[in-house]
Amino acid sequence: MTASPTPPPPLAASPRRARRQLARSRRRQSFLRSWAAYRAQRTGMIGLVLLGVIVVLALAAPVLVDESALSVTQATGGRMEPPSAAFPLGTDEVGRSILALTLWGSRLSLLIGLTATVVAIVIGTTVGVTSGHVGGWYGWFALRISDWFMVLPSLVVAIALLAVLGRSMGTTIAVIALVSWSGTTRLVRAQTLTVQSRPYLERARALGAGHWHQMTKHILPNVLPLVLASATLLVPSAILMESSLAWLGLGDPNVVSWGSILNRASDNGAVSAHAWWYLLPPGLAILIVVLAFMMCGRALEAVFNPRLRGEPS
Amino acid sequence: MDAVADKVLTARGLRVAFGLPGGRTARAVDGVDLDVAPGEIVALAGESGCGKTTLARTLLGLEKATSGEVAFGGVPLGRSSKALKAYRRQVQLVLQDPSGALNPRHTVYDAVAEGLRIHGIGDDEPGRVADALARAGLRPPERFFLAYPHELSGGQRQRVVIAGALVLEPSILVADEPVASLDASVRGEILSLLLRLKEDAGLGALVITHDLGLAWSIADRIAIMYLGRIVEQGPVEQVLTDPRHPYTRALVSVLPGSLERAQSPVAEPIVLAGELPDASRIPGGCRFRPRCQEVASGNALAVLGQCEGEDPALDAEAHAAACHLVHARMAA
Amino acid sequence: MTLLEFRDVHVTYTGSRGRIPAVRGVDLKVEAGTTVGIAGESGCGKSTLAMAVLRLLPKSAEVRGEILLDGEDLLRMGWGRLRAVRWTGASIVFQGAMHSLNAVQRIGRQVAEPMLVHDKDLSPAAAAKRAEGLLERVGLPPSRTRSYPHELSGGQRQRVMIAMALACDPDLIIADEATTALDVMVQAQVLQLISGLVSERGVGMVMISHDLSVLSAVCDTAAVMYAGRIVEQGPAHEVFAQARHPYSAALGAAFPVIGDPAARLRPGGLAGDPPDPARLPEGCSFRPRCAVSVERCGEESPELLRIEGARSSACFVAQEGEPVVIG
Repeated sequence: MTASPTPPPPLAASPRRARRQLARSRRRQSFLRSWAAYRAQRTGMIGLVLLGVIVVLALAAPVLVDESALSVTQATGGRMEPPSAAFPLGTDEVGRSILALTLWGSRLSLLIGLTATVVAIVIGTTVGVTSGHVGGWYGWFALRISDWFMVLPSLVVAIALLAVLGRSMGTTIAVIALVSWSGTTRLVRAQTLTVQSRPYLERARALGAGHWHQMTKHILPNVLPLVLASATLLVPSAILMESSLAWLGLGDPNVVSWGSILNRASDNGAVSAHAWWYLLPPGLAILIVVLAFMMCGRALEAVFNPRLRGEPS
Repeated sequence: MDAVADKVLTARGLRVAFGLPGGRTARAVDGVDLDVAPGEIVALAGESGCGKTTLARTLLGLEKATSGEVAFGGVPLGRSSKALKAYRRQVQLVLQDPSGALNPRHTVYDAVAEGLRIHGIGDDEPGRVADALARAGLRPPERFFLAYPHELSGGQRQRVVIAGALVLEPSILVADEPVASLDASVRGEILSLLLRLKEDAGLGALVITHDLGLAWSIADRIAIMYLGRIVEQGPVEQVLTDPRHPYTRALVSVLPGSLERAQSPVAEPIVLAGELPDASRIPGGCRFRPRCQEVASGNALAVLGQCEGEDPALDAEAHAAACHLVHARMAA
Repeated sequence: MTLLEFRDVHVTYTGSRGRIPAVRGVDLKVEAGTTVGIAGESGCGKSTLAMAVLRLLPKSAEVRGEILLDGEDLLRMGWGRLRAVRWTGASIVFQGAMHSLNAVQRIGRQVAEPMLVHDKDLSPAAAAKRAEGLLERVGLPPSRTRSYPHELSGGQRQRVMIAMALACDPDLIIADEATTALDVMVQAQVLQLISGLVSERGVGMVMISHDLSVLSAVCDTAAVMYAGRIVEQGPAHEVFAQARHPYSAALGAAFPVIGDPAARLRPGGLAGDPPDPARLPEGCSFRPRCAVSVERCGEESPELLRIEGARSSACFVAQEGEPVVIG
């Protein structure tokens, strides 16, 4: 515990630059430490590999399958053909390749899931930090609002909002973000209150620090790792929510997502036609993505939580 | 006004009360007058719960006074954030627990430079940081720039906290139990540092402590606080070797390892019964009366009426006590 | 009668940084009816030693040597016997013990519980009566038995812990920094209580503290530990007033005697920090911080040797009869 600081490497030409360089190497070390802790978690690594594969596939979709494969009018296959050499996962009711649909659908599902999460996290973190830090009347009010969102049945609210606001990708993202920010707020607020009571905030106040300085320099950096972990767990729920909405027919009609594939499948009697190839690929894709994010999120939590509770080890 | 009077931290009639659930009020600080000048170390001693930490926080503008005033160089502490900011360059805080007082995610450099950044002092930041670290005894300072708090020992961390205060070049430091959480052998080093800063740089310090031995080691003056009020104050030699207030006498008498009993100012150890009352239930009259050994032993019969009826004030002596019995004996 | 005896006790922790020696060969005797103080700073091994007595150390700790309680080796005792010893033979009052009370149980019940567990024939009413008596002895009025821990002050909770330690009439009490968090006046109350117990009931007491001045006031003998070893031992007040090891001298100086002109405006202390137990220096482990070290100190580690009367020191300089304090 009582180790002396490691001697710095030789200084570069300008001391200021040297310091930045060193600061960067310090950050790298800290990242590598976290990475080592993450790597020790087997499920986390499996999740990460899965996620990597899915993201690469989603990004490479335009290279792997031409966009024309999504066109209803240019479809080449027959109606609900079972898997064959030409269509490895069969075709839908207008003859499009399910494989192509699933590949392209991943782009939208991931995009909506990630964007909605980012929006939810930004709202949740902002409200959480400010309500925890400022407290008083504002804190009380913010807490009540987030409570209110927490107890509302999110799917029902989302359906109602979409019905009012109209169906488009933008509104889907907004609606999902709106019904999911409150959990993050709770988490961030609790963590803010813990950090808030630490003596270093008292020290910063005695130095003359204002609210902005306290929030951005002390509270936020200590809250962020937890936010990152919770964000990873929020993405799968956002993807699930998007799929549910699209499956209910509330998705953007102009684009393909896993949920919308399922929606079309059930609308066109895939279940009664025993067209398992139509239902299974998007369903499994959702399952795998959700699982992968969950695995990563749990592993991240395990890495960051002890650190938030105690000091960096 | 001379240079020193310009930089004296004063509290006059300072009161801080907190509302408690159930409509009661805790009078944590209950009428305190105190001066700290540059170039002197004043110890503020008392048991936990006596209000010494609240007093320190109020002096730093971290807590609002219910009444009375805090002034620096004769200028009352303003409420505006600009006035507070200027004040904070002059009066700085050193906290008890150096491990908690440093953000675990900030390097030593960032922790020390924080004050400069808050106050927008941009010129020669590395030079100022290095200078502050060196003055706090961390040499060579560059070696510590990029260390994180958890890589330092407790003593080194407290030096970083002190450097973080020194970087603003304050006139007065308020140190709340600066060595209480440090290992015994390291304490002396930190106390020597405070002494050296006083002697070499003319820094003034208010050191809050429960440890009278610490006051003996470094302080010029000492104020003994009991239940929100200073009950005795004066030069350390006089207060600790010839205590006048019954409470101080009791405190001095129970110190383990005081000189051979015969030489001790108080021959027999006086172990007071009970504990410090709650600040929401301050007894009327003299607040120390219910625990006072002089009242219990009947020595104070002549002034008992006063003890019960009126709150004693500090007398005007350089070594002052707030006790009716002491005042009566002086008058006789 | 020797109540507790440590014979060449070693404790080694095995962790991510390899094997870390926390206690490196401690010999110490505690007679019944006496108080032995162990002084030292955090990490010197004093708490590890205390925990080793009741085998409360984590699994990663390996204990060697013998710890005899009434002649019986605690380290080789079966679990059943050890359980009995934990109740009636010896009990520990920890530093943080104030926080280890059950928050939702009245304190009277918490004190009575160990008695009921230990003595099957005891009726709950009788146990409650005894608990009340114990709490009264530690200075808590009977009305307090119905209080919850949060209704008590820190000093009162610490006294509840002492009452719990006394519940089953142990022969040995180990107090690990039991008064450290207390204020001077409350500390005085607790110390008075402890001294009273030792003299009137003839229990043996091991008192662990970093505050040599407290030990000198309460203990008969004191042992000063540094880096896992006893570096000085002798009558407590002599160790405090006239140290024969430079480390004890520095530790004592950290708690100045009020009224002593030599300590006025001269805070005592040591440069440097306690050594990392995983990387102890060659020779005497105190040498890097020592002001009186000689050449020999860098080469071999001094043994704890008797220097005069009841005093021993593990310092070559003191063993030569030279003063260990400069100036």
